[in-house]
Order: sequence, then C-alpha cells, then structure tokens
Amino acid sequence: MKRILALVLVLVLALALFGCGGKANEPSKTPGGTDQPGKPAEGGSIKIGLLGCITGEYAQYGIAVHNGAKLYINKVNAEGGVNGKQIEIVEYDDKGDGTEAVNAFTRMVDNDGITALIGSVLSGATIAVVSEAYPIGMPMISASATAAGVTYNEDTDTVFSNVFRVCFIDPFQGEKMAHFAAEVLGAKTAAVIYETGNDYAVGLKDAFVKAAQEIGISVVADEGYSKGDKDFRSQLTNIAAKNPDVIFSPNYYEDDGMIVTQARQVGVTGTFLGGDGWAKVTEYASAADLEGSYYCSAYAPGSTDAVKQFEADYAAAYNGETPNMFAALGYDAAVVLVDALKAAEAKGLTAGTDEYKAAVIEAMKNTSAVGVTSQYSFDEFNNPIKDAVIIKITDGKEVFDRMF
Amino acid sequence: MSVLSMIVSQLINGLQSGSVYALIALGYSMVYGIIMLLNFAHGDIIMVGAYIVWVTMSVLGLPPAVGIIAAVAGCTLLGVIIEKVAYTPLRKSPRLSLLITAIGVSFFLQNIAQLIIGAGSKTMPAIVSGPNLYIGSVNLSFVAIVTIVVSLISMAILTILVQKTKMGKAMRAVSEDMGTAQLMGISVNKTISFTFAIGSALAGIGAVLYSCAYPQASPTMGSMLGLKAFVAAVLGGIGSIPGAMIGGFAIGILEAFVSAVGLSVWKDGVVFAILILVLLIKPTGIMGREIKEKV
Repeated sequence: MKRILALVLVLVLALALFGCGGKANEPSKTPGGTDQPGKPAEGGSIKIGLLGCITGEYAQYGIAVHNGAKLYINKVNAEGGVNGKQIEIVEYDDKGDGTEAVNAFTRMVDNDGITALIGSVLSGATIAVVSEAYPIGMPMISASATAAGVTYNEDTDTVFSNVFRVCFIDPFQGEKMAHFAAEVLGAKTAAVIYETGNDYAVGLKDAFVKAAQEIGISVVADEGYSKGDKDFRSQLTNIAAKNPDVIFSPNYYEDDGMIVTQARQVGVTGTFLGGDGWAKVTEYASAADLEGSYYCSAYAPGSTDAVKQFEADYAAAYNGETPNMFAALGYDAAVVLVDALKAAEAKGLTAGTDEYKAAVIEAMKNTSAVGVTSQYSFDEFNNPIKDAVIIKITDGKEVFDRMF
Repeated sequence: MSVLSMIVSQLINGLQSGSVYALIALGYSMVYGIIMLLNFAHGDIIMVGAYIVWVTMSVLGLPPAVGIIAAVAGCTLLGVIIEKVAYTPLRKSPRLSLLITAIGVSFFLQNIAQLIIGAGSKTMPAIVSGPNLYIGSVNLSFVAIVTIVVSLISMAILTILVQKTKMGKAMRAVSEDMGTAQLMGISVNKTISFTFAIGSALAGIGAVLYSCAYPQASPTMGSMLGLKAFVAAVLGGIGSIPGAMIGGFAIGILEAFVSAVGLSVWKDGVVFAILILVLLIKPTGIMGREIKEKV
C-alpha cells in the first residue's frame, strides 16, 4: 500500500514538474528592439545583448537598468554610433531566473550573434550566465549584481576575467569609509560596533578594520552584538572609555538609530559613520544625536551636475519618470561597455570575432570611462573602484555631502 | 577612564535595564503569588504600553505627561480586562489550562498589534531629556538616573501598599489561603483584579521607562523582555516582592557585565543558563520560602 502511495506521489510530482517545465520552455516574448527602429547602419552594426528581469517580482530593478542602458546607447547611436556603426540592442527577459537567463544567453550567442552583454540584473541569474559566458570569453558587464561570486569563484580561486560590474560590492563601503575617516575627517582612532552573524555588517566591518590598519587609523574597540538586541549600552560604554574619533556602525537603520541614541547617553562623542544600511536612519534617532554623522551610498538623486543631466535626459525619454540608482547603474554599464567597444573598433577588428571580444575585455579591464555616478576602473577581481556618495546628516536631514 | 569608573559605568547600565526587568518581574511575581499563574501575556502589556505612548505622542502630538498617564492607565485597564475575559472563567480549571490561555493572550496581543500597526518598528519621541551628569570620569545619562529613581519610587510605593493598607492585607491573605480569606469576608475577585491592576500599572511604568531608554516600539518587543523578567522573578523567588526586585537588578547587572567583557553574543544564553541553574539548585529562588504542599 505504502509503495503504491509513494509511486502515485512520485508520478504526481513528476507531472507537476513537467507542467512547470513546459511553461518555462515556451518561447518568452522579447520586447527587445522597441527602441531600435532598425536603422540600416551604413558601416554595419555592433550587436550587444541586454539581459535582465523586466517582468516578474523584480521587474522594477530590471526595467530601470534596461531603461538606463538604452538611454545611453540610443544617445550614442543618435550621435553617429561607434566608428560609424550603429549599436544594435538584442533585449531578452530572464524573469530573474537562472535557467531562463542561460536559455536567453544561448539564444543571443547562437541566433543573434552578440558581441558583448549587459546583464544580468539579479546576482543569481548573473552567476548562471557567467558559467556559460566565461568559457567562450564573452565580454559581460552587470549593472547591479553585487554577489562576490559574480566575478570570482572562491572555491577554485578563479577570477572570471570576462565579467565586470559597475555597482560596488558591500565590503567596498567599509574600505571607503575608512579612507573617508582618515583623509577627510583626519581620524586617528576608530571603534566598530556591528551585528555578528549578519554577512552585510561583518563584511563592511572587516573591510573597514583592514583598510583602517593599512592607512594608520588604530581600531581601539571592536564590539559585537547579536540580532534582536536592543541594549547596546555595555558595548558603547567600552567604546566611550576609549574615546575614539570615529565609530563605524555598519548595520541596518533600526539598530543604527538605537546605537547612536544610546551612545550619546553613555557619553560617546565621536563621529558616527555607516554604510548604505543607514538610509532613512533619521526616522530612528533624534536630529541632535545624529548631527554630523556620515554614511556612504551608491547614488543620490540630484547630487552632482552629471546626475542632474542624467535625470533630465531620463525624464525626457521615459514620460517624465525619475530615475533611481538602478537606472543610473544601467546607464553606467552601457558607458563602460561602449567605451570598450570604441577601443576594439579603433584596432580595426570585426565585431563578433574572438579577437574583438578579447579586445573589448582588455579595454574594460583598463577602462577610465566616466559614467553618471563616477569614473570607473577595476580591481583585480573586476570589481569597480569608483566614487561613493557621501551623505551627511544635518538638522535631522540626510543631505548629499560630496563624491568620495 | 580608570577600571573603577568603568565598572561603575557598567553597573549603572545594569541598574538601568535591571530596574525595567524588576518592574516587570514584580507583575509576574504578584500574579503568581495570588493565583499561581505564570502570566506570559505580561511582557506584551509592556508592548501595548509602548504603543500607547507612541500613539499619544507621535500620532496625536500630545505632551509627554499625557503619554505617560495614558500608558499607565491603558496598561492597568488592559491587565484587568485580560484577567476578567481570559482568566476568571478558568479559575477552577487545571493550572495548565490557565498557562496555555496566558500564552494564547500573548500571541493574540502580538498579532493584533502587528495587524493594526504593522510589523515594522515605530520610533518613539523623546519622553524625558536632560543633560548627562559627570561624577569624576563616570558619565551618568539623564535617562538612566530617571529610570532608576522612578522604579525605586514605584517599588517603595508598592511595598507600602502591600504592607500597610487594607487592600494589601487582603492581597497577602488571598495569596496565603484563598478559601479562608473568602470565609473571613474578603472579596477574592476584587482582590485578584486589584493585583492584576497593580501589576499592569507597574508594567505601564516599565513601558514608559523602556521607551525612554530604547526609543523603538515593535509588536514582539514584549516577548524577550517578558522572558527575562520571568527569569528575574524566578531568580528572586517567584511570589516574593523583594525577590522580584533583587532578581531584576541582578539580571540587568549580569547582562551588562557579560556584554562589557565582550561576550554580548552570549548575553541571552547566560540569562537562561541562570534560570536552569536556579531551578536545579534552589527552585525557590533567593527570597522564596519553601511552602509545604497541603494535603
């Protein structure tokens, strides 16, 4: 009896799986090329892929990235293209799913013959594509995939030399804030307080401590707390005893608000620094306690002239919409890629060939392209070295301070 | 900062959180003393109190005094309502049914708060504020002083109430022997309701003090707080009023020093290890009397 039941269950499961599989294999509609009226290019064209989740749960991210990237490429085409050639966008939707992403990528390579890829949007889908793109040396740049595994496989110690990204990865913020503390605030001593067991907080803290030691800030107190804690007085009393110039608190905003409030109560007077988890912290602590704190972020609306120009162009192209960080990074990904295409064209190579792709990768690796959010260069793991937005808290408001 | 002033600072941190634990532990202990019920909904009364402060001050924009009065009055009322609705009908049932009902009330309060106000935490406005004091190199925060002083005053009033008034005498009589007390003409129902009211009023004061120190209210904030206070009540000897105070301060100070030596991750673990140790070694707690089972 049990065996029959098990068999039936297995069958049902198998059918259910086939059902899903069938759906997944239906050709997905590709709304690509809508912005590309198929101008016959005089000097031929360069095909690049644009891949991301433009439908489904995470569509907000994908649509913004795609709009940003298309905004720049359309601009380049309108100005005459690269070396007289129009850039042709082949756009696919991966719905944020790894299998869909790989299917779409295979189609782009086999049917469309792309030369380079902007994508994907989510880390998971991007990693899936990387495993296909790395062996064939396809130049690839993601606007928003933050996972370390996108450009580097820790197990095999392999850097995926063909893959780049324009968003900074989490630990980068810790490094940034250490340099900011030393170079702008002139800090000599620092303390850290972080949630143990939270990858984000620990990653930022480790990077901060490492960078601080390298540039000569002494880390005088290293205090942890566990998830759900509301009382940080004991740790903060330890920190107060050391009287550090800056306190780095790379946690999420609710905890950060509580930490700052209690820190002032137990007599911590140093400047607080944080990562992008601090956004909206002003709702969680008083203006007086937060006054003069800094945190870093990837994007701030209306911050620099470049951002203002981008916002105006974006609004003009997309019915007055205000771009977010994802749109700006999508734009920047296109900037870095097109800059590399120019370098490959300058060598007189033919788009689509292996030499051309290698030249594009080579050019991206040594890029100094200037996008909306920063100028770019890449480190040994193909992660961007770029400016972060520094936000200062003044009078209970989170105000753009500078690019750093 | 010298080692000594460091120790004093940490002691003050401990006394501050300990006084909130003590106020809540008192509510646990009094209710247990009178009807042998571990009122696990007690921690959630704190949560409701914190939200009352938030609503009166942040949403309605009323001054702190109104918020404090509303929280204490609201908690008192809530405590009595819970007793009338959930516990009185079960007075004759096995104690396990009461315990399970208490857990049910706790979940009910948490979920209703989540439904009405949302799962995210709300930020409290500053209820009291003042300058930090310095004694030598020891920094005394204004909030810490207020917390410790207010809870000590509350405890003094409670002691007078229990020892010197007629109602206090009735409470002691009912907790000693409910049947005989009734025969002596004491209204048991009234006395039990009064006990819940006092316990919940202390929870209301605890809620205000907690909100001063940790200015965030969330639907589940009461559960860990309630458990810690429960451990404090057991440590002090459940049913004993001075025991609850001592237990509360002891747990607060212990937590402060565990965190101070860098074992903050173990803070909760140490507190619950205390519970296990007390139950193994001296189940009656520090101040508890051993009561012979009446046959």
